[in-house]
Amino acid sequence: MAFEEKRAWALAIIAIVGYAVYVVLVLNGTAGRPLVEAPYAGAMLWTILFGIVAGIVSGIWFGIAARNDGLQADERDREIGRFGDHIGQSFIAIGGVSAMALAIFEAPYFWIANVLYLCFVLSAVLGSLAKIAFYRRGMP
Amino acid sequence: MKPTKVTNSIRALRFAHGEMKQADLAAAIGVTRQTLIAVEQGRYSPSLEVAFKIARVFGVSLEEVFQYPEEEEL
Repeated sequence: MAFEEKRAWALAIIAIVGYAVYVVLVLNGTAGRPLVEAPYAGAMLWTILFGIVAGIVSGIWFGIAARNDGLQADERDREIGRFGDHIGQSFIAIGGVSAMALAIFEAPYFWIANVLYLCFVLSAVLGSLAKIAFYRRGMP
Repeated sequence: MKPTKVTNSIRALRFAHGEMKQADLAAAIGVTRQTLIAVEQGRYSPSLEVAFKIARVFGVSLEEVFQYPEEEEL
């Protein structure tokens, strides 16, 4: 498996696990109150930090594991990286527009922050899955 | 997803050149082994520069390495 494909798998898994942990923490924090009143900021910041650190650590880990494999990335990896990022970024735009709409209608901060976070996660997952598909099945 | 219509004879050329290993050819043309495998299997069309490098390693013309079907065959 190509070095960059391993990283794509790692980033997809980290994004899914991080968001799942966040959802569980927020749901457990409701304690009978409405969801919108649940404390979410701490859980959100910690899981985002976890995602960043885990992404860096996994990249270093794969780099060490492949240190004797010679070249780790080439023109195909760069091409797939660009395509995958381009696909993932569609959710960044969706998240931005959704957050703007929620702000215009004066929705609670909870929903604005959460729609942004969800779209960041979906962007990372979709982008990584697109890269994996390109590695497995070829470029369009 | 439709694979590339470009076909190639890299596998045959490798065997004709002393059963050259994929890793050796990949190193000679500056790509990863995974990319060379993808090219061999028709899952990736390399850049023109890489295509020329492959032909040069085998000492043959580009069309002896890569083939593209005529319009009526597509």
